[in-house]
Amino acid sequence: MSAAVECAHLSVGYGQHAVVEGIDVVLEPGQALALVGTNGSGKSTLLKTIMGLIDPIAGTCRVLGGQPGTQHARVAYLGQAHPSRSVLPLQALDVVKMGRYASLGLFGRAGTRDRALVRDALEQMGIGHLAAAPLRSLSGGQQQRVFLAQVAAREGDILVLDEPTAGLDLSGAAAYRDLVSKALARGASVVTATHDIADAQTCDQVVLLAGRIVAQGTPQQVLTADHLLDAFGIVLQSVEHQSHQDLIITELPHAHDHGHGHEHDHGHRHD
Amino acid sequence: MTWFVTPFTDNTFMMRALLAGVLVALLCAVAGTFVVLRGLAFIGDALAHGVLPGVAGALLLGAPGMIGAAVGSAVMIVGVSAITHRTRLSSDTAIGLLFVGMLALGVIIVSRSDSFNGDIIRILFGEILGIDSSDLLVLLAATVVIAALAVVFARPFLLLCFDPEQADVAGFRASRYHVVMLVMVATTVVVSFQAVGTLLVFGMLIAPAGAGALLARRVTAMMAWAAGLGSASVYIGLLLSYHFDLAAGASIVFVTVCMFFVVFTVQVLRAASSPSASAASA
Repeated sequence: MSAAVECAHLSVGYGQHAVVEGIDVVLEPGQALALVGTNGSGKSTLLKTIMGLIDPIAGTCRVLGGQPGTQHARVAYLGQAHPSRSVLPLQALDVVKMGRYASLGLFGRAGTRDRALVRDALEQMGIGHLAAAPLRSLSGGQQQRVFLAQVAAREGDILVLDEPTAGLDLSGAAAYRDLVSKALARGASVVTATHDIADAQTCDQVVLLAGRIVAQGTPQQVLTADHLLDAFGIVLQSVEHQSHQDLIITELPHAHDHGHGHEHDHGHRHD
Repeated sequence: MTWFVTPFTDNTFMMRALLAGVLVALLCAVAGTFVVLRGLAFIGDALAHGVLPGVAGALLLGAPGMIGAAVGSAVMIVGVSAITHRTRLSSDTAIGLLFVGMLALGVIIVSRSDSFNGDIIRILFGEILGIDSSDLLVLLAATVVIAALAVVFARPFLLLCFDPEQADVAGFRASRYHVVMLVMVATTVVVSFQAVGTLLVFGMLIAPAGAGALLARRVTAMMAWAAGLGSASVYIGLLLSYHFDLAAGASIVFVTVCMFFVVFTVQVLRAASSPSASAASA
C-alpha cells in the first residue's frame, strides 16, 4: 500500500520564493501528522502543496501514490477561511453537501449513502439541529463546525486541515477530536496545521517550522522546551503530571521589553 | 384594470417589449446571481460598457450589433485575463483600464457616424419598443442556454462562490469555471443590450440579484427572487413608460433599482424591530 503522503527534499513557496526547504516526510495510512510553527512559517504553504493548489519549487510530493491534486474524492481539505463563505445565502446543510461534490462530479445524483454521510457529519459535529440555519446567521465557531462537517462528509482517505480548532468552544473541540479519531480508526490519515500543542502531542509525527524545519519526529522528540524556544522564542517548562506531560509558558518573548519582568503561566496545555 | 392590461393587449410592440423584458430579467437573474455572489460587479459593469466599440463598429459597417458586442466582450475578457496573469496588477486595475479604453474607443467610433446622438443613445439605453420576432427568438434561445449552463455547472459554480480553493480540491478547476462564468455574463450582456442598452443591462444584472441576496436563504431562492423582481420591474417600467411617455429601458431599470431600495429598507426596518435588536438597544 502506498504512503498517504510522501515528500522528499521538498521545497514549498510561491513563485521562486521558497518558504520552507528540505522537507522529508512519510505519512502512512492511519497516521496523523501535525505541523506546528509560527505565523508565516510555511504550514499553510505545505498543506496547499500537498493539496496540489500550488506546485512544489523543488523535490517531490506524492499523495496516495499519485501527484497532488489528482485524487479529488479521496482527499478532504479545510483551508483558511475565505471571506465570501459566510455571506452567501446558504444553509448549513448546503455547505456540508458540498463535501460530496468531488465524488458526485458534475452529473452524479446524491444517493442514500451520500445523504447518510451528510447527516452523520452534521450530527458528529453537534450541529444537526442547525442544518436549516442560514450560514451567515451562525457564529464563527458554529461556522467552523459546519466546515469541519463538510470535511467529514467527504470521507476522504486523507484529511488536510488548516487550523481546524480555530474558534471552536470546548464541545466543538471535543467533536473535532472525535472526528479525527474516527477517521484514523478507519485507516484515513490526517495532516493538521495547528497552534494547539495539546493536539500536536496526540499525533504520530510532528514537524516544527519557523521558516525552516526546527525539529521533526515524534511529539516527545519535537515538542521540547528547547525546540519551542528556538521556534517561538518562548520559554516553556516541562512538568510531569501523573501519566502525561504539561508544557507551561514561563516567559513570553520580549517580556522584558515591556518592563514586566517574568510572565508566568500564561498557558497550560494538557496531554 | 384596463390601465394595467390594455397597453399590452392593444399594442403588439408593447407585448413584444414585455416578453423581451421578461426574458432579459430571467437571463439577468441567473447571470446576476453569480455576479453578486462572486463579487464580479465591476467586471460586469466593464463588460456592459466594453461592448460599446464593438456595437458601434458593427453599426458603422452595417453588421449586426450583436456580433460587434460579442467581439467587444471577448476583447474585454481576454484583455483582463492577460493583464492580470502577466503582471502584478490586480484585476480591478485591469478592468478599469480596459473599461475606460473601450468606452472611449466606442465614443470615437460613434463620432464618425452621421447620427452620433441617436446611435449612442440607442446603444446605451436600448430600444425595447423596437424589438422584433427574431430578437425575441435570440433572447429565448440565450435564456435556455444560460439556464442550462447554470444547472449543469451548479456544483462548480457554487463551490467557486463559496471558496475557489474548494472548487479546485473537488476537481472543478476554479480558473476554468471562472471563465465559463464570465462568458455567461458576457453572453447575457450581448443578447440583452438591444432591449435595455449596454448601460442599463448592468442595472438588471445586479439590482434584482442584490435584492434577492437580501431576501433569500439559498442560492436557488435568490435566483427565483431576482427573476420575480426583475420581471415585475419590466412590467411596471413599461406601464409607466406607456402612460407617462417616459423612456422605456430607463424606466424599467429605474424601477428595478427602486425595488432594491424598497427591499433594503424593509430589511433594515425588520432588523431594527426584531426582539434581539430591541434587547441590544435596551
